[in-house]
Amino acid sequence: MADANAATETADLVCDRLVRRFGDTRAVDEISLSVPAGSFFSILGPSGCGKTTLLRLLAGFDRPDDGDILIRGERMNEVAPNRRPVNMVFQHLALFPTMSVADNIAYGLKRQKVAAPERRRRIAEVLEQVGLPGMEDRNPQQLSGGQRQRVALARCLVLRPTLLLLDEPLGALDLKLREQMKVELKHLQKAFGTTFVYITHDQSEAMVMSDQVAVMRQGRFDQVASPETLYRHPETPFVAGFVGDNNCLAGTVVAQDDGQVTLDLADGSRVRGMAASPDLQPGQPAQLFVRPESLSLVATTAAGEAALPAQVVTTLFDGANSRVELTAAGQVLFARLPQDGSAPSLDAGQTLALQWQPSLARVFAGAPA
Amino acid sequence: MSRWLPKVYLALVYGLLYLPILVLVVFSFNRSRTGYSWDGLSLHWYQSLFNNHAMVQAMWNSLWLALAAATVSTLIGALTALALHRYRFRGKRVLNGMLFVVMMSPEIVLAISLLALFLLVGLQLGFVSLLLAHVTFCLPFVVITVMARLSGFDERLPEAARDLGASEFTMTRTVLIPVIAPALLAGWLLGFTLSLDDVVVSTFVSGPSYEILPLRIYSMVRVGLKPEVNALGTLLLVCSLMMLMLSQWILTRSKR
Repeated sequence: MADANAATETADLVCDRLVRRFGDTRAVDEISLSVPAGSFFSILGPSGCGKTTLLRLLAGFDRPDDGDILIRGERMNEVAPNRRPVNMVFQHLALFPTMSVADNIAYGLKRQKVAAPERRRRIAEVLEQVGLPGMEDRNPQQLSGGQRQRVALARCLVLRPTLLLLDEPLGALDLKLREQMKVELKHLQKAFGTTFVYITHDQSEAMVMSDQVAVMRQGRFDQVASPETLYRHPETPFVAGFVGDNNCLAGTVVAQDDGQVTLDLADGSRVRGMAASPDLQPGQPAQLFVRPESLSLVATTAAGEAALPAQVVTTLFDGANSRVELTAAGQVLFARLPQDGSAPSLDAGQTLALQWQPSLARVFAGAPA
Repeated sequence: MSRWLPKVYLALVYGLLYLPILVLVVFSFNRSRTGYSWDGLSLHWYQSLFNNHAMVQAMWNSLWLALAAATVSTLIGALTALALHRYRFRGKRVLNGMLFVVMMSPEIVLAISLLALFLLVGLQLGFVSLLLAHVTFCLPFVVITVMARLSGFDERLPEAARDLGASEFTMTRTVLIPVIAPALLAGWLLGFTLSLDDVVVSTFVSGPSYEILPLRIYSMVRVGLKPEVNALGTLLLVCSLMMLMLSQWILTRSKR
């Protein structure tokens, strides 16, 4: 309990076993989290995992059935949305169509009874910060998607909230602009020092911007960690499959030795990886995850080191992300094709062998879902 | 030939629409007593109209009634539309359907049933009965106009307003009403026009204490039309044109 109190003191947002039920389903199922002040926290999950419900609980549009929401140590459960030190950037931005850019940004300031000269000064300042200086008199409809995005951010940031909630705000933008906004959002967050809680189903958005990412599934967090930890040390098969590209090989455990597990695949070939589940017994079904960039392609003639024979299906050229599709033991795999001239020339149907460092592969108990 | 045909056609259509109105306007300035021969320019019939006390009284009565009916039906209609749009409740579909029933049912049916109702509850026929009747048939038009506007309304806007610190009341005042304002205005104007020129329902539910313009004109036609009516028609035309222009001006301003 002492630990919990210490965490509460430095955290802007704490959720304690939060529950929200709709009928028999638990959209948010005993979620606990703690977001340190000034950090960028993402909640990543497929659609329908409950992340939007969680965000609406934080904003105050919905009430939890159980558990507590604490913002800077104050309990927020019954506080109305207009009385929370929290602002939200909506998925479709929800800019007021009957108001100019300046009036949109002034909306929250007016509710706080900030005097007109001070309002004008702060609006000009925040527009400068989001890169839209002098845009006060424009109408939101006249702006491009990226500009509207910035107005929506400015409308919240001008109020200097303790917590800024972002509900997939980049979803409506085209790919190029989205890449650009990812970087910009990260810079803005650092510049303002505001705590961001960002929800998305796009793992790349979460990975690029966040200090911490919570991977959510069916109302629960599978894992909360830094992007790099999620990528390198996923704790569940779901995280391994959802975060970044990954290959999954299903097999049966034959041996476990000092954390290293050997699996038998359907065709009798043997593969090895590090145990990620605590209870891997020989004879159990298990799945091995190995990233496309961890695989190296070798000619079958190179005997000695254990290797997985595979057939080339096709190559997929995509610049630095070029890959080759292979089948091994009846399962589909992708391997990255290095573009530095070291990759062998490949033909469809060609047989070769795949090798990887066992320390880069992770083995989970259970058959693939 | 083929170049002229569309223009002739267009002239014909517009001529058919506006020639009667033009005749009315022209003859309102005619000095002739008989009305259907040109006898020189005069404002005589305007003067005579304003000296006709009963007529002026009927005009004011009609204007008041139309103002009241339009305002009351806009208030009730806007609230009904909001309720139908925002909430799910038992009987919502029935209520929605009933609005169309009122709109589509023959006016004479509405007139008879309203009269029967007023007699049943013992309501004195006059301003109040007229107002209730007019609100009844204006209401569906307002509800449908406002609902059409609300169907394109972003449900996140009220939430965004609340999130930025607005109370429910402030949100309604600063976000909801500005967005539906054009529909409110359109509904109000529709109600005003419908009320101003209604004859059928009014015939049944008006009493001797409160005479309104359409009924007054209607009774005049039967004993022989005086050119005063032309003058009155011209004045009403100018009034409605001005209101149309005003509403257009407000609508374009709100869109900006």
